[in-house]
Amino acid sequence: MSDGSTSEFIAAIYADGWSRIVATMIRFTGGDWDLAEECAQDAFAQALRTWPDGGVPRQPLAWLTTAARNRAVDRMRRASTEAAKLREWAAMEREQPPPYTSDGEIPDERLELMFTCCHPALNLDAQVALTLRALAGLSTAEIARAFLVPERTMGQRLFRAKQKVAHAVIPFRVPPAHLLPDRLPAVLHVLYLLYNEGYSDQQHKVRLSAEAIRLARVLAALMPDEPEAHGMLALLLLHDARRPSRADAAGEVVTLDAQDRTQWDRSEIAEGTEILERALRMRRAGPFQIQAAIAACHATAPSTAETDWPQIVGLYQQLARVAPSPIVELNHAVALAMTQGPEVALDMVEGLAGDGRLDGYYLLHATRADLLNRCGRTTEANDSLRTAIALAPTDAERRLLTRRLSAG
Amino acid sequence: MKYLMLVCTDPDLAPGAAEGAPDVEDWVSEMDGKGIRLIGDRIRPGSDSTTVRVRNREVLLTDGPYAETKDLIAGFDVLECADLDEAIEVASRHPMSWAGVIELRPFWDYTQD
Repeated sequence: MSDGSTSEFIAAIYADGWSRIVATMIRFTGGDWDLAEECAQDAFAQALRTWPDGGVPRQPLAWLTTAARNRAVDRMRRASTEAAKLREWAAMEREQPPPYTSDGEIPDERLELMFTCCHPALNLDAQVALTLRALAGLSTAEIARAFLVPERTMGQRLFRAKQKVAHAVIPFRVPPAHLLPDRLPAVLHVLYLLYNEGYSDQQHKVRLSAEAIRLARVLAALMPDEPEAHGMLALLLLHDARRPSRADAAGEVVTLDAQDRTQWDRSEIAEGTEILERALRMRRAGPFQIQAAIAACHATAPSTAETDWPQIVGLYQQLARVAPSPIVELNHAVALAMTQGPEVALDMVEGLAGDGRLDGYYLLHATRADLLNRCGRTTEANDSLRTAIALAPTDAERRLLTRRLSAG
Repeated sequence: MKYLMLVCTDPDLAPGAAEGAPDVEDWVSEMDGKGIRLIGDRIRPGSDSTTVRVRNREVLLTDGPYAETKDLIAGFDVLECADLDEAIEVASRHPMSWAGVIELRPFWDYTQD
């Protein structure tokens, strides 16, 4: 193997191996996350130094995990002479454990790691940061860039999160069955948030979506009987399939009805649909499966007009029952406009606007404007559009809405 | 692992929100029996408390609690639990997590730092 292809090989192992090794090392060090990460990092650095000349070991994951563990034992021995914390460790006079000889021996504790990173006793920002560091293997600097905060801020966030895990004794485990209904949604929420954060034109964010899909695959594989884990993976794939067409060559936002559907990724749609069907056969529908079903309706329709809108309306009704939220109602109204006309939908949106919960949400006003226009009430529509423009989160969205304004 | 469980009242609690809350006597006897609750009691409100400071070797007293929020503390328990998940489960079965708020503070573990 040439130097170049060896480093490519190491990069490929890093994608999946990093979290396996970190998880194993967290267990081995009795919950010292910093030491676990440092040792995993050292192991990969050692591989980059020695593999190009010495050759790639036949069991690379075993090699890396053994290297990380040896490093941890060294560090703990050295530290134990100084720090009281490790007196216990020294007293045990642990022998260097025998090296791992096959990749199959390395325990897979990524699920434990996911549930610990996404423990609801940590705030959401901390959950996201820990997930990206420990599971996706992004550096502090990379995570900071993705969330547009200074590296120092992200470093402190990670530090505080790990401190809380240690001090409050957040267990490193997959929650028992009776806690899963509470805990799984937190993991799914973090993955979904990561995906959406990466659903952006900014290059440094795009990787977040890829990592979210990769982690969703791991989660679904490790929880084969959990339909919502599969529903999440299906949802992300079906969203991702439409990614190539959501902006034009000039970077302007293209709405669903105007997208070039030939650009959609057929293989992602096929995979997403198949995973969703398997999940639905378990007969425990949840919010992510329902959202994936809606995404599948769009992804498999030849055009806006030929979309199965009655089915989508039904799915939004179901979604509103299992996961009620004003945003679900808003999307429900949009679908309703396609089956029952803009007047019925407008009534629903006016009701939503009346309760004030979505006042600051630009899509409420943009949707209202669209429906008013379709009812021929252009003056009111333009007023709503102006509110939407003022609230729009990105320049691209603002430009899209402004184009509608001049058209109207 | 030891946790200080601060039992607080919630002045904004909606009426009827605590309906069906477990019984505190049952909670105490169960947690005592399991060796989870080491000690605990109800405490008098902030209006009965006294704040003590020593400044320049002088003892300074204030009538009332240190911070206004402390007025909400109605009691405390010390729990011995395997981990935070167990402490959360124990707290969520205390009637005051239904009728008020419970804060879990881990004890300082000197073997950690």
